Amino acid sequence: MLHIIDIHKTFNPGTINEKAALNGVNFYLDDGDFCTVIGGNGAGKSTMLNAVAGVWPIDEGVILLDNKNITGVPEHKRAAYLGRVFQDPMTGTASTMEIQENLALAARRGKSRTLGWGITRQEKEKYRELLKMLELGLEERLTSKVGLLSGGQRQALTLFMATLQQPRLLLLDEHTAALDPKTAEKVLKVTDKIIAENHLTALMVTHNMKDAIAHGNRLIMMHEGKVILNISGEEKKKLTVADLMHQFEAASGEEFTNDKAILA
Amino acid sequence: MSYFLTLNPLNLINALPGCIAQGLIWGIMALGVYVTFRLLNFADLTVDGSFATGGAVTVMLTLAGFPVPVALLIAVIAGLASGLITGLLHTSLGIPPILAGILTQIALYSVNLHIMDMSANKAISVQKYQLLISLMHVPGAILTGGIFAAFLIIILYWYFGTEQGSSIRATGCNPAMSKANGININFTKVLALSISNGIVCLAGGLMAQYQGFADINMGRGSIVIGLAAVIIGEVFGDALFRKHMNFALRMVFIVLGGVIYYIVVGIVLWLKLNSNDLKLFTALIVAIFLAVPYLQGKRRNSFLRTAKASEAALKAMNDREVN
Repeated sequence: MLHIIDIHKTFNPGTINEKAALNGVNFYLDDGDFCTVIGGNGAGKSTMLNAVAGVWPIDEGVILLDNKNITGVPEHKRAAYLGRVFQDPMTGTASTMEIQENLALAARRGKSRTLGWGITRQEKEKYRELLKMLELGLEERLTSKVGLLSGGQRQALTLFMATLQQPRLLLLDEHTAALDPKTAEKVLKVTDKIIAENHLTALMVTHNMKDAIAHGNRLIMMHEGKVILNISGEEKKKLTVADLMHQFEAASGEEFTNDKAILA
Repeated sequence: MSYFLTLNPLNLINALPGCIAQGLIWGIMALGVYVTFRLLNFADLTVDGSFATGGAVTVMLTLAGFPVPVALLIAVIAGLASGLITGLLHTSLGIPPILAGILTQIALYSVNLHIMDMSANKAISVQKYQLLISLMHVPGAILTGGIFAAFLIIILYWYFGTEQGSSIRATGCNPAMSKANGININFTKVLALSISNGIVCLAGGLMAQYQGFADINMGRGSIVIGLAAVIIGEVFGDALFRKHMNFALRMVFIVLGGVIYYIVVGIVLWLKLNSNDLKLFTALIVAIFLAVPYLQGKRRNSFLRTAKASEAALKAMNDREVN
């Protein structure tokens, strides 16, 4: 359903800050795949996710979603198919707006914004019911400004918003990296639940090898702007952190030096 | 002492109604500034030009025989167009917000001269034309100004509650989130700038009728007066209503902010300050009202305060040890 074919992206070409972030990335996802993406700092994980989201145009290559070429579709139009959660809890929600207003904005993802009410009474009732699923007590705070929520609550809310209007593909960009371990675990649990219940196809970037192994049915590892490892099925189920590090060294010819990924 | 004897309280009282009427018109203008400055988070300097455009279009069309409401409506359309230009300069050509506004503002100076047949001001007589608002009849002017402000607040309250209005607010608050949720932020920015300048032109049209002429310089410094009204209104509103401050109340207070500003100006003129110093004075007021919330926050949350508090705590601890 998602085909990434030989995509390239170089930032600041022709300057001293030139950085080839993606050097021919290839992989595909089937319907219902939940794929984790790992790799060291600067491997191109987030860049690849941003390429799929259409944050900027890529230099070369093709991105197909449901066999439709979306390579030239701008970000706000691509949003119709994509649910996104970001690394920074501040990015995914509008802090000066109410919780219910944020939900209403997300519910209209991919639809044209008319002069109809921004939020209806039926919607408010619906959100109150749906938010109970998060078990964060947000259903009692529908009219609170999102800026009053904690980072974990904001991430859970963003995740909820990203899937409120069912996306074809869910993009999670290290969405637990800025949270404390306990909250991160909670948000990951909600992530699993939402993905399973809605049978979503998802790409989840993470720094944490354990999380990458524990979640999803597929795993890809990136290094220097390329996919160097692509694991699925039974092989993924049996995977250990030691295996991963060994495979990384074999595939990249380098020692895995990212402490954060190893220690986590 | 003799200076104070020359000040006649009656003069001040007589001047007040006029201040209120003018304040209401500037309050309407401030609602336009509010749309960009607060909701879109875009400091739009176009308004110094478009305020005069509103006056020029209204006066010239009325002189040409158009009914005043039609002239005013066309002035609003001219405002939408000037906002559109600033919006396109910013979104399509990548010019930073402040500069985009300044460019349109400067261009509008020439455009306004053309509209006014190359003269710096054009008079319009309330005796000859059916003007909606005039300083010759101040109570009526206050009523008309109040009605316009009230209607505008109702319309804006409705609009910013719609899907489209909400997408403008989201754009101002968090562009990245807006894009991820499918909002075309270039479109919402242009839209908000157009709406804002449409409102500013409406206020310009009302002001030209009120004072009985359109002037090429009537918009000079209007961004600062608009900001003054927004900030004064918000400071008073937040102080009075605190957590109960909602969107409609906020807009009411912004209009009142314009009135308060003009009453203060009236007092300053009554104190016989040179009217040439008025701009200096306006800048001072805006600076003070911008600084007040900041200084209040700083007083609650300063190193000086914690220094004193910690010294006291340390002393208490030492005293306890001695005993």
